[in-house]
This record gives sequence, structure tokens and C-alpha cells, in this order.
Amino acid sequence: MMSDETVSAIALTELPRKESFFKPHRIVLMGIAALLVFSIVWFMRWDWVPKYSGRLVSGVGVTLLMLASTSIIGFLLAVPIGLVQVTGPWPLKALARGFCTVVRGTPLLLQLWLLYYGLGSLFPQFPGIRNSFLWPYLREAWPYGVAALTISFAAYEGEVMRGAFAGVPAGELEAARAYGMSRFTLFRRIWLPRAVHRALPTLNGETVLQLKSTPLVATITVIDVYAVVSKVRQETYITYEPLLLLALIYLCLTAVLVVGFRYFESKIPTRGA
Amino acid sequence: MKNALKTIALAAAIGLAAISGAAAEQVRVGFAAEPYPPFTSPDASGNWEGWEVDFMKAVCAEAKLDCVITPVAWDGIIPALTSNKIDMIIGSMSITPERLQTIDFSDKYYNTPTAVMGPKGVDFDATPEGLKGKTIGVQVATIHQVYANKYFGENGATVKEYQTQDEANNDLAAGRIDAVQADSIALKAFLDSEQGAACCEMKGNVKDDPEILGLGVGVGLRKGDTALKDKINAAIKAIRANGTYDEFSKKYFDFDIYGG
Amino acid sequence: MADAGSMINWGLLALEPPGWGGVLLAGLWNSIQIAVGGYGLGLLLGTGGAMGKLYGGPVTKDLLEVYTTLVRAVPELVLILILYYAGTDVLNQISAALGWGPVDVSGLAAGIFVIGVVQGAYSTEVLRGAIKAVPAGQIEAARAYGMSPGQILRRITLPAMLPHAIPGLSNLWLIATKDTALLAVVGFSELTLVTRQAAGATKAYLLFFCAAGVLYLMLTLVSNVLIVLIERRYRRGMAEPA
Repeated sequence: MMSDETVSAIALTELPRKESFFKPHRIVLMGIAALLVFSIVWFMRWDWVPKYSGRLVSGVGVTLLMLASTSIIGFLLAVPIGLVQVTGPWPLKALARGFCTVVRGTPLLLQLWLLYYGLGSLFPQFPGIRNSFLWPYLREAWPYGVAALTISFAAYEGEVMRGAFAGVPAGELEAARAYGMSRFTLFRRIWLPRAVHRALPTLNGETVLQLKSTPLVATITVIDVYAVVSKVRQETYITYEPLLLLALIYLCLTAVLVVGFRYFESKIPTRGA
Repeated sequence: MKNALKTIALAAAIGLAAISGAAAEQVRVGFAAEPYPPFTSPDASGNWEGWEVDFMKAVCAEAKLDCVITPVAWDGIIPALTSNKIDMIIGSMSITPERLQTIDFSDKYYNTPTAVMGPKGVDFDATPEGLKGKTIGVQVATIHQVYANKYFGENGATVKEYQTQDEANNDLAAGRIDAVQADSIALKAFLDSEQGAACCEMKGNVKDDPEILGLGVGVGLRKGDTALKDKINAAIKAIRANGTYDEFSKKYFDFDIYGG
Repeated sequence: MADAGSMINWGLLALEPPGWGGVLLAGLWNSIQIAVGGYGLGLLLGTGGAMGKLYGGPVTKDLLEVYTTLVRAVPELVLILILYYAGTDVLNQISAALGWGPVDVSGLAAGIFVIGVVQGAYSTEVLRGAIKAVPAGQIEAARAYGMSPGQILRRITLPAMLPHAIPGLSNLWLIATKDTALLAVVGFSELTLVTRQAAGATKAYLLFFCAAGVLYLMLTLVSNVLIVLIERRYRRGMAEPA
């Protein structure tokens, strides 16, 4: 399982601290940075930005929609996946463990193409699917993108949830049992809330990682912000400027996520012990 | 511990050693890294085959160039040329005024009409009226993308853009889109395949617009690379004159692909 | 449609043409080469980066902070595109400025460079955390013995931090093997791209994507076995992690 430290090593989870930001060398560095930004703005081509700004904004919208929907559904799936690995009967346990191993052991890009081009091209061969009410959705690309990203999030977060369920102190569960709580009440009142509480700190990193995975859906014709920028590159034959803007957009999105999560975390009285 | 570090250093050194000075006469020919029959297609032994592969071999032999095939993603093939990753593009790339602003082209080496195909049993024409309300698939960064957006997209059709032609064809067969616009020869190759023959048929050629569809296919070259351009142009002329061109074309087509 | 079993043409996976198995294995070999090279390069950059972040001057620290922040906040796919094109371009312009003429960067070297730069930022963070876990007293003792900074690094810091770094570094290795798939987007012939080509040429999408999935999974599982062996070796004499 990936520890918190590893996740924060590959996903930005904290912004640089503000205190004593202004030191003499920083002023020089910021001068150099300002010069760099100025020359990027001045000497590179940005005349395409106004023409595409509308599409860029809607692309950011699609990216955020993908991120939010897949993280939320993925987390809801991760709870049972984590739970059955701790307490389920062995077939479910083996199934959940196998699911996590396979999804985490193969590249997301491959899973995405497997779903869209592999499974997706199989569906229409069955008249039952083609005539069903689902077909208008199955024709589109986004359900496959959502499915792949959700599965991936569920597998990674499922491992976290497994650890979280296993880590709830046995004494608390025993106390609940001593109170005469039924299994379900115990789960609902004690085990689940405590486990989710323990898993919350990892959500920050996992969500940033999920944001970093979203551009892959552009390869199956979903028009997210990455796809819009690819289009700019193809139509204008400009190589670097759109990519730099794209990096800036993702940097801002990550920063917003990190700030949002920090605010959210400060609202929770105590972090999981 | 020491050994581990040494191993890492060695691995990195091997990696960097792969960067070497350019060989004298080697020319890197950029191919789109995807199956695009009958022009360029990877085969099961890891080699490339097709009409354009034969064309490349003939031109390189004639111009005495040591050509190496370098597969590049199609949507990044022009940046790859301008950033010096490859030296020329042989990828059924049409000579258009728009592309000429960024790169240079040799003389044309083939010219074929642009067509639209669709599923069997649904009748429509390759016209803006016929495609109204339909979803039409094209490959990104092609003349077809520009054309379909201008003529069909602005007249009530939805244009869906694919990274490879092959994926657009596949989605048509899977019923996810209603039509595909592409080069007529490439479409014919798909319709001759088992999958294509089962699902789809040609709906006709689109109305020509030379400003977008260009004046035929040329070898893409970096601007200012005139020495290479002269060599390629001379070689194309020579293989046209000495019959080599017709000889390898006969293997693939029963008509003159050079076009008017 | 009646018999799903007959739809699968296993012959397509044969190692010799007309089977595409050989092509897939060659792609896997390319992926492994890039993963090993990129990971190695990343470790070198990461060791330097961690040292710089902990013991460097204020300017070094800030620049490294910018590097790791950018790489951790921007999707790998975007970084790969930028580095893939800019890397060669910059190299060529430097070389042209020095009057050496164009440099031919092979696809393999470019791939290793791209994965290496991304991995470098990740391992900077992992190694920094591991080095911080080494008790300061040990390093102070080494200093008191009059060891040079290089000696301290070689004799004390690196060996002592290794057990702390191994879990993180093994995860980075697994990430490196999977990140190589992203090079498919720039057209490098690694496993995912050749799989897509084989699938496109034969129309057997499901079969080839599943086959590639099995190859990646095997790579991960074999790596996991090796990781356990390595952990066992370097964690000798240490308390089990809680």
C-alpha cells in the first residue's frame, strides 16, 4: 500500500509556507522569475488565447466534473472494497484484493482504451444493448472515461480504506459490542465513521493524483481542457505556448484543491489518531 | 550500498550514451505511429508495410539517402519536425496553404479525392444537407478535420475528432458515430476489410475546396532545408520517369494514384 | 454471437508472425528499458535534489522547491509532452549555439530523460523524508570524527536512510513502469502503443489490451516479489514497521 508520505511525494498536498517569505535572495529570484514571465508573455505567441478562451473554460469545467464525479463515486465504492478485505467472506475478500491488484498493477491509459475500444466495440454486436435505453449513453465517450477513472480511484482508495478499517482500535468496537449494539448499528455508528475519519487525510493526495490522471480521457475523444489545448496546438501549429498555459491551469487547479482541502481539514475537530 | 549506486550510475550512463552525434547521411523519416492502410501500416514482425513505405524506399534509394523510419504520434508530427526529432514527414500529408506557413513540402507524390462513408442501410449524401444532425468522425490535425468543421460542423453536424483514422473507423463500425470523412483510398482499404465490408459503405466524395483540401500529398520538410527538398524533388521526378513509381503502385492500386 | 470462445483468435498472440506476440514483447522490453533508465536517472536527480533541499544554500533550496512543486502539481502527460518536445529543442539550440550542429536524440534517450525528470522530483521528496528520519546525532557524530560531507553521505546518511526510503522508492518504481505507457501519446513504441497498433491492425481490441494488461501485471507482480526481498535485506535488525 502507498503510504501518505509517498502520495505526498508524487502529488502536491501542501502549498509552500508563507512565513518569512521575503528574504533577500528571494527578491532577486522573484526578479528573475518576473523577467522570465515577462519574456514568455512578450516574446511568445498568445494571440490565440481570446479565440479559444470560451472553449478553455468549458474544458476546465469538464475536467472538474470528471474529477468530482469519479472521486465521489470512487470513494463510495472504496468503502465496501476496503471493508470486505477486512471482514468479508473469503470469496469476496479474494475478489476485492484481486480487483485492487489488477487495477493498481496496470496503467490507467491501458484500462481506458480497454474499456472504450475493447469493451465499447463489443457492445453494439449485441442487439439487446443496441436497442436498450442505455445505448445513447454507451455511444458517448464520457461514460467510459468516468468508468475508468472511478475504477482506478476506487482501487487506490480501497487500499486506504482497508487500512483504515483495520486500524480502528479493537477496544472501541468491543465497547460498542458491550453496549449491546447490533452488528449493523456498530458499523454505522462506530466502525464506518472512525474509518472514514482515519482515511480523510489521504483524500487530499489521492484527489490531486486523480486530477493528474484526468487528461488521459482526452485520448478517447472526451473534450476536457487537455483536449482543447491539443486542438489549439493542431490548429495554430504553436508547440509550446498552449502547453505552458495548460501546465499553468493544472497548477492553479491543484492549488485550489490543496487550499480547499486544508480548509476542509481545519473544520474537522481532530485528525485520526 | 556502493554497488547499488554504481548500478544506478551505470544505468543512467547507458541511457545518456544513447544520445550521440548525428550520422552523416542519415535521414529520419517521420511516420504516423498508427495503422493507416494501404499507405503505412505496422505488421506483425514489427516492420512497416504499404504503398508509402515502398515510395519512401524508392525515393531514398534514388536520392542515395540512408532513411530510418521514426514513428511519431500523428497529432505531434509537425512539432516533431520543427523541433528536429525527425527530418521529413511521409504520412499522406496534404500540401495546404495553412501548413505551408509552418513547414515546407516537396512536390506532390499522390492526389486522391476526399470521401465520406457511413453505415449500410442509412441513405445520405456527402453534403452539408445530408450530414445535418449526424455525428461525423475525422482524424485530428488533418485536412478532413478542417473541412468537416467548416462545411458540416457549421451546418448542424457534430464533428468528433480521433487521434488515429483507425479509431474513427472502429467507432463507425461500433455505431458510435454516423459517418467518417477521410481520404477515399484509406476508406476503401477499410471497406475492403472484413469489419468494414460488414458494416459500412461509401456515401460519395465531398465537394472539393483546394484551399482546405490542398493540392495533393507531399513530403513534409523543415523550412530552409532546401538541400533535402531539392534531392527529394529530383528523386520523385526520377522514379516517375523511370517507371519505378508505376511498378510499386501496381501492387496496390488498379488506377493512377498520382492524380491530376 | 452464440459462441464467445470461437471469437477469440489466440493465434494472433503467437510469437512468430502472423502472430503479434513478438511485437508485444519487444514493446515490453522498450517499456522496461525506459522504466529502468528513467528510474535510475530519477534516483540520481533525487539524491542530488534531496541533498540540495536539506543542506543546500537558500537559492538551491528555492529552485528545487519550484521543481518539485511543478512536477507534483502538473499531470505527467502534460510534463511528458513539454519535456519531449522542449528537451530535444533546447539541446539542439545549445548545440547549435556551440557550433556542433544538430544532435540526434534517440527516442529511447528522450523517453528516459522525460521519465527521469518526473521521477527525479518524486524521489527528491521520498529521499528527503528518509534522510530526515536519520537521527541527527549520528550525522553530528560523523562530523565530530572529522568526516567530509561526501564521506558522511556515503558512510552514514545513505546507508542509514535506505530502510526508510525503500517503501517509497519501491512505489516510485511501480509508478515508473506504469508511466512509460504515457509515452504512447507521443508515439514512442512502448508496450501500450504497439498494443494499440496491433489491435488496430487486427481489430482484436479486447484480446490485445487484455494481453498487454497481463504483461504489465506480471511486471508489477515480479517487481513486488523483488521488493519484498530487498526490503527484507535492508531492514535487517530494524523493528517491524507498525
